[in-house]
Amino acid sequence: MRISLFVPCFVDQLTPRVGVAAAEVLTRLGHEVEFREAQTCCGQPSFNSGQWDVARPAAVRALEVFRGAEAVVGPSGSCVAMMRVFYPQLLEGTPHEAEARDLASRTFEFSEFLVRRLGVEDVGARFAKKVTYHDGCHALRELRLKEEPRRLLRAVKGLELVETEEAESCCGFGGLFSAKFPMISTAMVQVKGGALLRTGADYVVSSDPSCLLQIGGWLSREGKPVLPLHIAEVLARRD
Amino acid sequence: MADARTDILARIREALKVKAPRPHLRAEPGDPSPSKAGRPWLPDGGETREASLTILAEQLAKLKAVLLRVPDRAAAAKALADLAGAKGWKRVASHSDSLLEEVNAALPCEVWPVSRDFDKRRLEACDAGVTTCECLVAQLGSALVSSRSSGGRALSILPHAHVIVATADQVVPDLADALAKVRAGNGGEMPSMLSFITGPSRTGDIERILVLGAHGPKELHVILIG
Amino acid sequence: MSDPKSIFLKDAAVTSADAPQRAFIRKALGGYYVNRDLQKARYRDWERARDAAAMAKWSAVNDLAANLEKFTANFERNGGKVHWARDAAEAREIILRLVRQAGAKSIVKSKCMTSEEIHLNDALEAEGFGVVESDLGEFIQQLRKEPPYHFVFPCMHVKREAISELFTQHLGTPPTDSPEELTMIARRHLRQMYVDADVGITGANFLVAETGQISITENEGNARLTAALPRVHIALSGIEKVVASLDDLSVLLPMLATAGAGQPMTCYNTFYSGPKRRDEPDGPEEFHLVLLDNSRTRILADPEQRDSLHCIRCGACLNVCPIFKNIGGLAYGTTYQGPIGSVITPHLRGLKQWNHLSGASSLCGACTDACPVRIDLHHHLLHNRRNAAKENPTWFDRIFHRSFLFVTSRPALFSLGGKAFRAFLPLLKKLPVPYMSAWLKTRDLPEAPAVSFRDQWKKGAGRG
Repeated sequence: MRISLFVPCFVDQLTPRVGVAAAEVLTRLGHEVEFREAQTCCGQPSFNSGQWDVARPAAVRALEVFRGAEAVVGPSGSCVAMMRVFYPQLLEGTPHEAEARDLASRTFEFSEFLVRRLGVEDVGARFAKKVTYHDGCHALRELRLKEEPRRLLRAVKGLELVETEEAESCCGFGGLFSAKFPMISTAMVQVKGGALLRTGADYVVSSDPSCLLQIGGWLSREGKPVLPLHIAEVLARRD
Repeated sequence: MADARTDILARIREALKVKAPRPHLRAEPGDPSPSKAGRPWLPDGGETREASLTILAEQLAKLKAVLLRVPDRAAAAKALADLAGAKGWKRVASHSDSLLEEVNAALPCEVWPVSRDFDKRRLEACDAGVTTCECLVAQLGSALVSSRSSGGRALSILPHAHVIVATADQVVPDLADALAKVRAGNGGEMPSMLSFITGPSRTGDIERILVLGAHGPKELHVILIG
Repeated sequence: MSDPKSIFLKDAAVTSADAPQRAFIRKALGGYYVNRDLQKARYRDWERARDAAAMAKWSAVNDLAANLEKFTANFERNGGKVHWARDAAEAREIILRLVRQAGAKSIVKSKCMTSEEIHLNDALEAEGFGVVESDLGEFIQQLRKEPPYHFVFPCMHVKREAISELFTQHLGTPPTDSPEELTMIARRHLRQMYVDADVGITGANFLVAETGQISITENEGNARLTAALPRVHIALSGIEKVVASLDDLSVLLPMLATAGAGQPMTCYNTFYSGPKRRDEPDGPEEFHLVLLDNSRTRILADPEQRDSLHCIRCGACLNVCPIFKNIGGLAYGTTYQGPIGSVITPHLRGLKQWNHLSGASSLCGACTDACPVRIDLHHHLLHNRRNAAKENPTWFDRIFHRSFLFVTSRPALFSLGGKAFRAFLPLLKKLPVPYMSAWLKTRDLPEAPAVSFRDQWKKGAGRG
């Protein structure tokens, strides 16, 4: 299958290794991966800030960029939820509504695509570490993904998966919320971080790079030994 | 200026000119009536009488209510007398009812019948209130009392303990059955108060720690005949 | 700096930094999660039961005028009297008039958030009427002269030591650290109040159009006593509480209890249809119901958010909300706290003044999943943000997002901007850059990579 990679803007600029790992995994599975260089940001920061008239042109650009792609796959539950759930709402009643619904039906979060669309659980990865999985809220509640990433992780050779208590509670990122209400956001990551540390895991893995930015940023500031890692990075490992 | 009722109803009609989307449901309702559509998904109330009685007993136990199953009215009278004796009750309030007349007969203490315009203070000083009920709901462990069948409003809430005397044929599987029974039994005019009592009075207001007997009865006893 | 947003930011900064208090709240809610899950497991299908509950409220709210007219006719046929109030002032005036007519010397009240909304106690006290809150939590909050912290668990933030001290000070009782003993102190004190009161004021959880009954949900029995002993019963309810039929309550009552308190059913669910009847030994001689609009019709006029009128005030959305758990209920500064409060307060009190509550959310959606009547809560926070941006755009937001769009609409510029951002990131971290410096107070940002994904891709990365 020809897969069009959707790399969120901040992954492109701040954690490119996540995009590289996602491409590697898909390529290894025998698929042709493309990256359409016209893509930038899906518009979610503006959408979440209430600036829907700013988010709308960003969404229309994304429709143009991914026009004709058989499957659009992104390593971010949040950005995929923007395209799949919120584009149709944002563009409702505009001439772009039908195309937004069409793109929504062709867009997948990375772990969802592997498990639900390709029917793959074992991608041949090896990673002999203790990890815990953090559910990004968009993946969990907008895309209803819970078991998919866990199935992929359980199939990784040598990997020990441990659950975090209150696994479904938010890490406190929430996009610009984390900077507009930093004190609340920090209180939330303290709770989440405390639970993650109690698992004794070496790595906290998520399908959402934005949650990892928040959790990793706090763990690093607090000098904790747990490291953030995107699920694509785990699935790309063969060590 | 129009009166408030006219104004508010006009505002409502104006607002409702634009239709609202339906909620995001997980499944299409199988039945056009929302309440009937919900019934199969609620907690089970038992398919058979025995199943219902088992569920009722489990629920009451979890609620920290005491269920006493007895074979007949005489046994019920003895059970109530034993209870009153064990608890040291000095005065018990009750209401006029042919079943209660028999069951209260063996009580070793004063039985005070509430009558029209009774003294509230006197009722407050009673150790227990003994009442009948409309029905018992297996699904939730609830007893339905009413101002008509259970001695008014205060008898089942003001004394420190509440004893409900019921017969096994009063057990219904679920809440919908109880409501249907109320409607059928009362025809046009409902009693002015109908109350589903689910366990003894409780509160968790202090540190979310459960305490029984917040304002209503600290104890709830159900004597089930048959 | 006394606008609601500044007060919120100040208060939330204090409460969210209070780690021991946050831990206390989390611990207090621990038992709720366990019990809720146990009760939910008894449902044959909780999700489909939610569908039914949502549809019961949806159909009632979308036929509100007819349901209210039918309810009113039946309520009055049963011997009660309905009073309509357009706003809080009218509702207060009606209740004051009824209380004066009753010649009330003392008033006992059971828990009623709608009365908090209209500041009823202040109005009664200003006219010289003594009014006692009888719900234990509300009683404690009344003594503390503090509004409810949580609209179902009003004093969940108060430790037993503080309650003991409060009782010693006001009731002269000896100190104790037992919740049981504290509850019994309040019980003994309040029993006299019910017996003495001339007027009882309650809320209403549901109004049943079919039968003209009002339904009151409680655990303590204080509402039962309030509606049994005083000579006059006045109930206050929002107009949105009406449901079509008694059968609807067979779904809504258990779900309210399970979602809100982790119970199969709350202790007392009581339907009232009129004053004492001739064949009944006791009960009030008069029964009044005040039906309040107070901007509810404004919510009704917004079809997108009309479902927020489905709310049965169970409190489930507060119990699962990470914002509520970390800032606490008082920081909201609203009658209704938590997600539902953040959604409806802008409608009740003004979007411009209260939109910050919609902003103060990570949009995690735990509330929407917890809501027994399927209110689309977290999406409504997005809708409020959108409406606020349209009604009262701020220049900072306009410039910030327009500039961002300008750059991201041009891939070459985006790529160049990204390069510059990464190169200057170490420097930017030291400057007061909006948003970034707020982030960096408590969290690190990763080291910027030398090469972006798009540039690595050009060189063949990711293809084996």
